[in-house]
Amino acid sequence: MADVLIALALLLVAATATAAVAVRDPARQALVLSVLGLTLTLLFTVLQAPDVALSQLAVGSALTPLLILLSVRKARRRSLDQVRAEKEAEEGGT
Amino acid sequence: MNRRLRMWVLLLGLAGTAAVLAAAAFRLPAFGTDFHPYGDRAVREALARQTANTVAAVNFDQRAFDTLGEETILFAAVLGTVVLLRQARDERHVEPAPADVAAPVRRYALVLLPVTLVAGLYIVAHGQLTPGGGFQGGVVAATALHLLYIAVDYRALERIRPLGVFEVGDAAGEAAYLVIGVAGLLAGSSYLANTILPHGTFNTLSSGGTVPLLNAAIGMEVACAVVVLLARFLDQAVEIEGEGENAGGNAGEGERK
Repeated sequence: MADVLIALALLLVAATATAAVAVRDPARQALVLSVLGLTLTLLFTVLQAPDVALSQLAVGSALTPLLILLSVRKARRRSLDQVRAEKEAEEGGT
Repeated sequence: MNRRLRMWVLLLGLAGTAAVLAAAAFRLPAFGTDFHPYGDRAVREALARQTANTVAAVNFDQRAFDTLGEETILFAAVLGTVVLLRQARDERHVEPAPADVAAPVRRYALVLLPVTLVAGLYIVAHGQLTPGGGFQGGVVAATALHLLYIAVDYRALERIRPLGVFEVGDAAGEAAYLVIGVAGLLAGSSYLANTILPHGTFNTLSSGGTVPLLNAAIGMEVACAVVVLLARFLDQAVEIEGEGENAGGNAGEGERK
């Protein structure tokens, strides 16, 4: 029974980890990463490592995706506004 | 080095790593047996010092010096973030706009905030007894505060989060760990040795000698570090604008061409 649970959790981790690599949009990637954190938490719980599971839950599925989302927001805002400003400058020039 | 040669070097390295890994894997003890030489020793040492959570005993007693290293890594990382993400000369500070939050989201986040905060503090306080500890509980408590950003807006979060206090708390947590280590040295044994306090009664909050103290120091350091870290990232995402950002769009367009 325990082996079946471990195998299931491992498969879930492999599937979500592959999805995290396959998704190309960073904002979506952060969400998939959060789900990956949850599946890893499940795996560590099944393997009877609750201390590691708690760390994984707090850092992997909450903190890291949040930091990534904030970075993406900052980077997007900058590049979007630069594109807009350049376009305006071009239109003004012609 | 041309492309072909580089591929050969890469292949050689990969094959070598694969061979060494495979050889090591065959020598590992079988998965899921009851043969745990290190675990048995760690549990024996933990019980000898009345620490109910063996993982806490490993982290804050048997391998306390390792934990000092890990704590210092986090401290240095936060220090680096504070220096790198400060407001630069060509950036300006913008007041964050009040945000409209859907009523269910607001209610849910406001109800969960105190629950999460207490859960985090509970996990820190019971680190020497049950799974969890300063690191896990610290992260939970720190992220709990940020539910206010989800429930209301950034200005509300800033009001309950005096950043200077948290920066001092971060340093104080780090310093407390170092000082407890030195106390072991002054008491006549070695650095971070668990000999300065009585080990207490098994499975009570005050058991384990210096384990609960070091655990609390880590909890304080991690909670403050995460708050400061997130504050810097949030400032960059919400408040600080560089040249060429935001729709205002009147900042030095001529020069950028």
